Amino acid sequence: MRSILFVLAGLAVMALAFWSYQENYKTRDTLSEVRSLHAQIGANHERLGMLRAEWAYLNRPDRLSDLAELNFERLGLLPLMPDAFGRVDQIIYPIPDILPIIVPIEVDSAPVPAGEDSL
Amino acid sequence: MIRTPLRPLARILKAREKGENPDAIEAENVRLRREDVRDRSRLRAEGRLLVMGAAFAIAYGAIGVRMGALAGSAPEEPQAASIGSPIIGQRADITDRNGRILATNLETHSLYAHPRDMVDPTRAARELAVIFPELDADDLIKDFTGSRKFVWIRRQLSPEQMQAVHDIGSPGLVFGPREMRLYPNGAIASHILGGASYGREGVASAEVIGVAGIERKFDDYLRDPANEGAPLELSIDLTIQAAAEEVLAGGMSIMNAKGAASVLMDLHTGEIISMASLPDFDPNDRPQVLLTGDQSDSPLFNRAVQGVYELGSTFKIFAVAQSMELGLINPDTLINTRGPLQWGKFRIRDFHDYGPQLSATDVIVKSSNIGTARIAMEIGAERQQSFLRELGFMEATPVELQEAPSGAPLLPRNWSELSTMTISYGHGLSSSPLHLAAAYSSILNGGTRVYPTLLKRETPQNGPRIIRSEISARSRSMLRQVVERGTASFGEVAGYEVGGKTGSADKPKENGGGYYKDKVIATFASVFPANDPKYVLIVTFDEPSENSGARPRRTAGWTAVPVAAEMIRRVAPLLGLRPQVDTQEPIGVTLTSN
Repeated sequence: MRSILFVLAGLAVMALAFWSYQENYKTRDTLSEVRSLHAQIGANHERLGMLRAEWAYLNRPDRLSDLAELNFERLGLLPLMPDAFGRVDQIIYPIPDILPIIVPIEVDSAPVPAGEDSL
Repeated sequence: MIRTPLRPLARILKAREKGENPDAIEAENVRLRREDVRDRSRLRAEGRLLVMGAAFAIAYGAIGVRMGALAGSAPEEPQAASIGSPIIGQRADITDRNGRILATNLETHSLYAHPRDMVDPTRAARELAVIFPELDADDLIKDFTGSRKFVWIRRQLSPEQMQAVHDIGSPGLVFGPREMRLYPNGAIASHILGGASYGREGVASAEVIGVAGIERKFDDYLRDPANEGAPLELSIDLTIQAAAEEVLAGGMSIMNAKGAASVLMDLHTGEIISMASLPDFDPNDRPQVLLTGDQSDSPLFNRAVQGVYELGSTFKIFAVAQSMELGLINPDTLINTRGPLQWGKFRIRDFHDYGPQLSATDVIVKSSNIGTARIAMEIGAERQQSFLRELGFMEATPVELQEAPSGAPLLPRNWSELSTMTISYGHGLSSSPLHLAAAYSSILNGGTRVYPTLLKRETPQNGPRIIRSEISARSRSMLRQVVERGTASFGEVAGYEVGGKTGSADKPKENGGGYYKDKVIATFASVFPANDPKYVLIVTFDEPSENSGARPRRTAGWTAVPVAAEMIRRVAPLLGLRPQVDTQEPIGVTLTSN
């Protein structure tokens, strides 16, 4: 009886050792995955920062005003002046869409052949 | 196991027959049994010793191997949990009130050399000098072929330069990662941002530290990882700042001025929407601080905050507002303006003779020095001082810039009755345009103190009350009349009800002894819209001269006012202010009831 207990205890220790090793390695794998994800996030963030900086640089007011001047003929952009404000009643109501044509319309002026009904 | 008997009967009987002693058999058997027991226990003990020995050997072996492994490997901190957020940059961004970037970081590389690793140092030096024209090939050859093990070459490289260095192919040229501070908008808002430079430098990284302006003031905040990279949001609006700088620069060149400054401030929240000072600089390439001469000649000098000037007649509204608050006068009270007003050896004159008397409103509208001086005499020095202290004229502005404390106002050493009179019309007390903006905001927003700030905020400041709101409304109406029919008639902007006060003060000579006759500081302090005040705009020119007429005109009405009007025309729509056009009254409709 006692030796069975010893054997069982030994087996339990081995099983636990196996399990804890598994967990340990899983944790290590996860940690290294997290590290690589962090590195990826860091790299993406760096890229994002670079893109943001580039966006800000390309949209700097000096450049935009130069571009507006260069393309004045095409765009006609001027600095916003007080006369740019309008009132709501200066805007027309939206023109309703033309209703879909359900009944076919005769567009062909050719005579209808005899024996066929026309609409 | 079969136990052998000590006295086996068969052998005992046999021994008795032969006449031998049967005890000898027993003794022999006892001996054998003892030997057997001894042998077995020896074997077991030996086995145990072996196991013990093996266990100890394994244990010490494991420790030894582990120690060897630890000693042979690079030190590494044991990691039980994942590290914190990896996305925090070294220094947070600075954005304007709408989130547009004013300052950000850029990854770049530094270049250094290990001359001992170089195959052909002379060639590397020559090629480096071709890539970087500011480097001298002979100096580099001296550095590379001498005894030095380490040489810094460049702090920052552009990607093209980096590729070019890479193409040299020398193993002794090494790149290190670097963060650099980038101001994508160039010179816009340069005085507010200040600039950044490198602190402690290493091969693997370098500290980016603020050297001036808000970068320096909020250095700790910007570098604090606890903020998790949250940007610093300023009250500045980039579009408006750019428009204001453009108009100011245009005005400065038309008016032939030496320098110019403008402050646009929300008079309820105290937020500075735009603050410009010309000449300016590019914070990406910050110029050196002047070592000799007048600091105010340097482009680094922030005229709006550091420049303390006698701001002239713009101060008159303070005396009149205080006098109304004290109940000494009302807008229609007639003030004696017969001149010149004599005080000891000193005479106070007006620009023109305005006759024997003017109403208090007209003292402001026509800008009478004599009238204001008489009002100030009734107020007295002590009450004037405490009123100006409440408005913030006794200490430097609390704005969040490193340079702010250097913009402390210059006060008279002895606040005599004469000082009271001259200060009432803006002479004898020097303050910055930002002081003036804060004081005008405090007077005109309904009468509560406003502290200027560069940080975005949502709510009005609701500071301590300085004057009653009806006095504030009367002051606004007076300022409106200055534009409608007074010295600032060029300040009219259709639809925006501009109110304001001009100020042209002669510049004091640097080495004392009176004032220049042909150098003025021209200031226009304005508020718009006057009926529902939202913003205060201060425009100041240093030594302007408008030369279109027969004689150069230097007064603010000819210089600062038209520029301020143009600025309001440009920025008011950007601020979302719709022009108030007088709507026609419906004709012929009478509301009746019975």
